[in-house]
Amino acid sequence: MSAWNERYGVMREIVLTGLNHKTAPVEIRERLAMNRQECMEAIDALRAHPHVDEVLLFSTCNRVEVLMAAKDGDAAVTAAKAYISDLKGLPVEQFESSLYVHHREEAVRHMFSVASSLDSMVVGEPQILGQVKDAYYLTASKKASGPLLNRLMHRTFHMAKRVRSETGIGDSAVSISYAAIELARKIFGDLDGRKILLVGAGEMAELAVEHLIHHHAGDILVANRTLERGVKLAERFHGSAISLEEIPEALKEVDIIISSTGSTAYVITNDMVKQVIKSRKGRSIFFIDIAVPRDIDPAINRLSNAYVYDIDDLKEVIDGNIVSRNAEAVKATRIVEEGVVGFSHWMEGLSTVPTIKAMRSKVETIAVDEVEKTLSGLSGLSDAERAAIRRMGQAIVTKVVHDPIRFIKEGCHNRDESHVLSYARSIFNLDE
Amino acid sequence: MDIVTGLFYLASAVAYMLYLFFQKERFQESGYLFFGGGFLCHTLTLIMASIRTGYLPVHNLHETLGLAAWAVALVFLFLRQRYRIKIMGVYAAPLALLAYVAAMQVPDLPPTQPEAVYTNFWFFAHVITIFLGEAALAMACGAGILYLLQENAIKEKKRGFFYRRLPSLEQLDGMGYTSIVVGFSALTLGLVTGLLYSKLIWHRFISWDPKEVWSGISWLIYAVLIHERLVGGMRGRKAAWLAITGFAVLLFTLFGVNFFMDGHHGEFTQF
Repeated sequence: MSAWNERYGVMREIVLTGLNHKTAPVEIRERLAMNRQECMEAIDALRAHPHVDEVLLFSTCNRVEVLMAAKDGDAAVTAAKAYISDLKGLPVEQFESSLYVHHREEAVRHMFSVASSLDSMVVGEPQILGQVKDAYYLTASKKASGPLLNRLMHRTFHMAKRVRSETGIGDSAVSISYAAIELARKIFGDLDGRKILLVGAGEMAELAVEHLIHHHAGDILVANRTLERGVKLAERFHGSAISLEEIPEALKEVDIIISSTGSTAYVITNDMVKQVIKSRKGRSIFFIDIAVPRDIDPAINRLSNAYVYDIDDLKEVIDGNIVSRNAEAVKATRIVEEGVVGFSHWMEGLSTVPTIKAMRSKVETIAVDEVEKTLSGLSGLSDAERAAIRRMGQAIVTKVVHDPIRFIKEGCHNRDESHVLSYARSIFNLDE
Repeated sequence: MDIVTGLFYLASAVAYMLYLFFQKERFQESGYLFFGGGFLCHTLTLIMASIRTGYLPVHNLHETLGLAAWAVALVFLFLRQRYRIKIMGVYAAPLALLAYVAAMQVPDLPPTQPEAVYTNFWFFAHVITIFLGEAALAMACGAGILYLLQENAIKEKKRGFFYRRLPSLEQLDGMGYTSIVVGFSALTLGLVTGLLYSKLIWHRFISWDPKEVWSGISWLIYAVLIHERLVGGMRGRKAAWLAITGFAVLLFTLFGVNFFMDGHHGEFTQF
């Protein structure tokens, strides 16, 4: 802290506190999680706090974080802790051990990692960026973000986009149901309107069906040993229920079959599929067998345009994906580090002396270039006359920068120096 | 101008290869751009040559190969627009480059036929439709190869290099089928115009020349493929194999027959 102050003077710092799935058990996370309304109130309350200049709040099922810009970061963190404890009726001592506090570069790095999905429970999962964006829009709509957080968040989105496009971190599925969807998409491309048959029931199978619905799958048939259970499930998915005996008939129509029954014998046999394959006119059929023991005869995989994946096959898909994800995460971390260095560089520039220097040198460069250009086109001038023109150039530089320098110096005596500096830097385009 | 076209095709092939290995969008985009640039230059060259001589430049192997490269480029650009299968450039760009480089390697001999042959409308229609058809069927062959690679990866549960890079089976199959329909239609037109032209010049529709016989065989293969698909629903693996076989026969008809057998098309591929 003191080294930073010596270099840059006392100015706002970026500070972040919070907890996530790595530091806090779900019992604590669920007690602290905030809904949208609570977030909005918290933003107002913290913004009004004398120690907090800018604030952004971020609450998902895996994390609650408060990002702030403040003169005194530690005081701001204390204020945030107290507010949350108050709001949620949970004494600070009960969650303090789960909290992390990051200052400056650490906070920047953390934000970049979170938005790039490097800090997620499932590394590379795509939802997080949207959640971070929502949080920022909420803060921006309340005008609770200033030059520091605005810049930081824009860099964060840029960084997350880079990570996504330059690494394969989000390419691969790492859960059974996602793996099944990934495969289905490699077979069918678009899942729009594909017919689904769910045989049996079970958490994983139902999750897979939900994912398929999310991808705009078409009709959904549910076959169950007890028709009553089937009807219930079918209602949930807005589909229709059939009996197990109707499966062979259904196989003529459906594209994707997800099976998860407790049966010890194959529910769908090779012969069953052989008989319908002709009437399917070569359309692909994809069997996802989540049951143990298996429901679907693996021999079906040898029929043309039929593909069978059992739970072990799907696990293999996931394992392969996790390995390649970890390799991609290393690349992503490097991109994040580049981003942190870039941001720190910008922060360093965001203090009085470097800004004035940069401004002066920019105007000076323009003046010198123009004077020399003009002089080179003129002939018949004496050396004394040339020197006078050069002096005039210098004088213009001094006068042009005089007022902006005063504006910066005076502004920085006030509380809002980061505003003043970022205006000055924008007007003179000092950050390119 | 020739060298500029060649360089464009080369740059495109290189960019697409980089795209295949590194999967960076900018490689794919530049590959596409270079390909378009090559096609434009190529088209201009062909138009200029046609205006200069008054007929389509197809009177020796040098020129027929050049036209083949151009046809591949045109068909690829059409399919790329329609199906947005980016990876297809990995096949099309090197193919166009190969045909183009081969064309540059063989000497540009003077025409051997009387000028009336080249300026006849039926001759022009015959050559253009045949070449576009063959280019479309070359694409169908490429789609078939990619289909087999992808289908094998999914079936054998070995998701390797190609699994990640290739689009879905459905897309590959669809693009292959479109190529075949387009190619088959053009080929049919090409054969019909050829027959008419033959009637005009030699006063008979067919002379049982090896070229004609082999053209008939290739046409039949594709006719079977389309028939089976429409009636029996033959899709996927079998269709892919048939598309590859058909193209092999077609290539033999295009070059093999001219090189190894005698007949009345030999003069167009002399070198």
